[in-house]
Amino acid sequence: MAQTREAAIVGIHEYPLRVAPGVSALQIKAASASKALEDAGISWQDVDAVYDTGSHQNIGGLGISEYLGLNPRLIDNTSVGGTSYEFQAHHAATMIASGKANVALLTYGSTAHSDRRAIGTAGATGQGSPTPFNNMEDPWGMTLISGYGMVKARHMHQYGTTNEQFAEISVATRYHAMRNPEAVKAMTALEFVGVNEITTQDVLDSRMIAWPLHLLECCMVSDGGGAVVIASKEVAKNCKKSPVWIIGGAEATKYRENGGDITVSAGAQSGPRAFEDAGVSPNEIDVLMAYDSFSITVMCLIEDLGFCKKGEGGDYVSQGILKFDQKGGPALNTDGGGLSSNHPGERGIFLLLEATRQMRGESTSQVDGAKLAVAVGNGGQLGARHATSPTILAAD
Amino acid sequence: MTLRPQPRFPEPDTEPFWEATKERNLVYQTCDNPDCTDKLIFYPRAHCNSCGGLKTTWNTSKGEGVVYTYSVVMQSRHPAFKDLGPYAVAYVDLDEGFRMMTNVINVDNPIDDIQIGMKVKLVWQEQGEGEIALPMFEPA
Repeated sequence: MAQTREAAIVGIHEYPLRVAPGVSALQIKAASASKALEDAGISWQDVDAVYDTGSHQNIGGLGISEYLGLNPRLIDNTSVGGTSYEFQAHHAATMIASGKANVALLTYGSTAHSDRRAIGTAGATGQGSPTPFNNMEDPWGMTLISGYGMVKARHMHQYGTTNEQFAEISVATRYHAMRNPEAVKAMTALEFVGVNEITTQDVLDSRMIAWPLHLLECCMVSDGGGAVVIASKEVAKNCKKSPVWIIGGAEATKYRENGGDITVSAGAQSGPRAFEDAGVSPNEIDVLMAYDSFSITVMCLIEDLGFCKKGEGGDYVSQGILKFDQKGGPALNTDGGGLSSNHPGERGIFLLLEATRQMRGESTSQVDGAKLAVAVGNGGQLGARHATSPTILAAD
Repeated sequence: MTLRPQPRFPEPDTEPFWEATKERNLVYQTCDNPDCTDKLIFYPRAHCNSCGGLKTTWNTSKGEGVVYTYSVVMQSRHPAFKDLGPYAVAYVDLDEGFRMMTNVINVDNPIDDIQIGMKVKLVWQEQGEGEIALPMFEPA
């Protein structure tokens, strides 16, 4: 398929605070929208499409449009967990290309940390209306982290992947985090033990949260948010900064299945489709923003998107290529990722933000001459029902 | 002792499964459509998730299978689990072909004493006379 450049990311903002007491999720969304539109040089009332996950204070596209004071001609409430924003970017780019909208606004706000939500270790609440999922999962006490632990254990069993190899992902991500002042502030505010670069041994020595996942393989729980403005090529021409083109996108889902392979994510379906859509291949990618809820998530996404063969991710991440100043493959999670910069719950928007900064030349771990980036989100739970969507971006 | 999160009703898809546990039967469904190419249905649903058929049959499992994968929870904040010490959550592949979430119990050290591929058998965790029981597994 021929590559098209019909829609671009023209404005971004990442809410700076990771600990934001006294601020609401809606306020984070509004402040981020204001700054992202200012970044683009687009006026508030030019927004004509609103994208929302509906998971912030339980207010969706209708409520947020009223709150912001916008009258969109298009609302999209796609909510698929951590990769919601890649789904939404795909939808927005498609609708803009078809002429249904000109300026799309995606916003995120969360106060997960200040709310003291124990996302990874809480287990099921046993509350809310009953569902088949809850009834067949909750009684056995699976925490979110152990769900990912089961995928890692199977990956190690099936392919011989080692803890040291998984740790490489955490090490490279922290390397980038230490160059990002916002990430350093985040780790400091969240009282990380040792706000410094780490070694694979540090990861292995960190405490076990859900075997075989160690603390330093798990993302943080922070506050935060941000906004992305996507516009048509006509609008993009008059924006303040160079457009970052959305050249490819795809979506897929996968479930815990009888006899299925838990190590294969939905990215095995959506990855190849996104690359075909963009007309590029994995070996051309300069920056890979892969959802790092846990080390295993990144391992699966690297393999399933075709950066290496399935099962060879351990060797792939161990060859000294993940850092922004190393050659041989795309730089990984150059903002510091969910492991070391921020993770308020639905991190997908930050993948788009950092990929955009890289395409603009604005990253704190800037890859020289970066022209192509992939932002690939994973939402839901990797070991159960989840969605995976890559967004492929190109510099102007 | 705080109870584990319980299945809650009305929830008509899974209610027959939990009712069967009162008789200590582990049940799963198969699709009645002769043209269906993947007849096994689990977790329970009133429809076949392979062909969309609406007629299904309940079957009783022998309760024998292998550990597909597992994780050992070292830290749970849930009141029912936080004092339990490390415990294993697992997906077990039953010999009949369905995969269920469960716990593997009756081992000294869950990290070392459980292995992927290990044969396991059904054991019921009782929750009270006439109540549902939780299907779990132990080394066979």
